[in-house]
Amino acid sequence: MFILSGLHTFGAYLRLMGRVFSRPERMRIFFKQCLKEMAQLGVGSIGIVLLISFFIGAVICIQIKLNIQSAWMPMWVSGYTTREIMLLEFSSSIMCLILAGKVGSNIASELGAMRTTQQIDALEIMGVNSASFLILPKIVGLVAMIPFLVIFSTTSGVIGAYATAYIGHIITPTDLTAGMQHDFTQWYFWMGAIKSLFFAFIIASVSSFYGYTVEGGSNEVGKASTNAVVSSSMLILFSDMFLTQLLS
Amino acid sequence: MIEITQLTKSFEDKQVLRGITSRFDAGMTNLIIGQSGSGKTVLMKCIVGLFSPTSGDVLYDGRSFVAMDKAARTALRREMGMIFQSAALFDSMTVLENVMFPLDMFSDMAFKDRLRRARTCLDRVGLLDAERKYPGEISGGMQKRVAIARAIVLNPVYLFCDEPNSGLDPKTSLVIDKLIHSITHEYGMTTIINTHDMNSVLGIGEHILYLYNGMAEWEGNKDQVINTDNERLSDFIFASDLLKKMRAEVTKK
Ligand SMILES: Nc1ncnc2c1ncn2[C@@H]1O[C@H](COP(=O)(O)OP(=O)(O)OP(=O)(O)O)[C@@H](O)[C@H]1O
Ligand SMILES: [Mg+2]
Repeated sequence: MFILSGLHTFGAYLRLMGRVFSRPERMRIFFKQCLKEMAQLGVGSIGIVLLISFFIGAVICIQIKLNIQSAWMPMWVSGYTTREIMLLEFSSSIMCLILAGKVGSNIASELGAMRTTQQIDALEIMGVNSASFLILPKIVGLVAMIPFLVIFSTTSGVIGAYATAYIGHIITPTDLTAGMQHDFTQWYFWMGAIKSLFFAFIIASVSSFYGYTVEGGSNEVGKASTNAVVSSSMLILFSDMFLTQLLS
Repeated sequence: MIEITQLTKSFEDKQVLRGITSRFDAGMTNLIIGQSGSGKTVLMKCIVGLFSPTSGDVLYDGRSFVAMDKAARTALRREMGMIFQSAALFDSMTVLENVMFPLDMFSDMAFKDRLRRARTCLDRVGLLDAERKYPGEISGGMQKRVAIARAIVLNPVYLFCDEPNSGLDPKTSLVIDKLIHSITHEYGMTTIINTHDMNSVLGIGEHILYLYNGMAEWEGNKDQVINTDNERLSDFIFASDLLKKMRAEVTKK
């Protein structure tokens, strides 16, 4: 029963995506919409990404320095581990989980409200492919912005780690720098960026699906936005496992 | 002219429309009336293609909507304008952008011409000075008027209004009714209006279709509706005491 309804939802999702990926009617309007979504979904998330990454970077550094590092470990361990955690997991996967909460609920409730106030019907009546018109710019906008958010997140995490050194005096800046520069693999950065593209697609498309298919009133809009966050978070976690294995 | 033949619509096991046949002529205001839940909105959505009918056909000047392919439907949609029960303005756009939107999407006019056309329509509904406001900042009656302007901006052949004056005071309703009525005659559009407002029925009901429980119970015009001997219709029309009194006086004379 559970599996059947899951398959049913997945089928509906695929059908919707079939309508979404069609050539936009007016390229000029499409680009304008994309820019708007990049600003709203991407630029609008920079603040929260910087804030959270800063503190997580700092906390990882403190934890490792104070609680994990022991006398027989090299001094660069704290900086090295902080950098790798940020690059490998936090800046891509965990940050996207956080964005699933922020951006996902935003998308689902916006589209849900448009559905319940008949704005989507109004588009359809005009002969506009409402699915493509509303959803494609969101997907393109978020996917285009997410690599930059990954970069911001990593940078902010590193700054957070240095804050523990310069402000908290937990670790000496020399040790931290030695760790940050130890055995750097460039591919790890690319891996995070590539993973984030998939996650961005999941967040935008899944949340749009739940918002676009709302039936009923504001109660259902609320449910849709919860479903959007839960489902995209789950999908991010699952795909993270496969992608990480695939890309490592 | 729009014709519907033996139109039925069911949701799962629930039959909402039970074989409706009617004709809506051009250049006049066609009203669909009936109690809440009688299927007016469902009928209108079937006509415009937001629902696909379970059986039956909808003919737009002889062109069958049901038999059309997707491209032909999209083309036909350019000839339709619709005003929704909730106005359905895009709330991320200003009033002017709302009215210009169909032009931006579908016309190849230069920006200057689109702007002029949108302003003409806004002027027609008397809202030129509100063009910079957002839908959230104007009253419900004004929103309806903007919706009318947006619906007529592409010079539609067919105009649909789902309860254009629900939630409005009687005076504002009258303004909206008059506006729709005069626009219909001005452009010779085929206009279909869903309503359960008796003022509209008696004011602009040039052709009235009374739906009862998903069936076409009665058809006529606003003069015939007052003198009807159809029990169900007169129950519906003269539900209020005021109207009952009015009818008593008319029949006394
Ligand atoms: N999408 C739907 N799925 C299932 N049933 C529906 C759907 N839409 C409408 N109905 C049912 O169809 C019936 C007629 O609804 P409709 O909205 O057409 O009434 P109405 O005449 O427009 O009423 P009102 O004057 O209140 O707007 C109702 O009983 C409703 O429950
Ligand atoms: Mg209705």
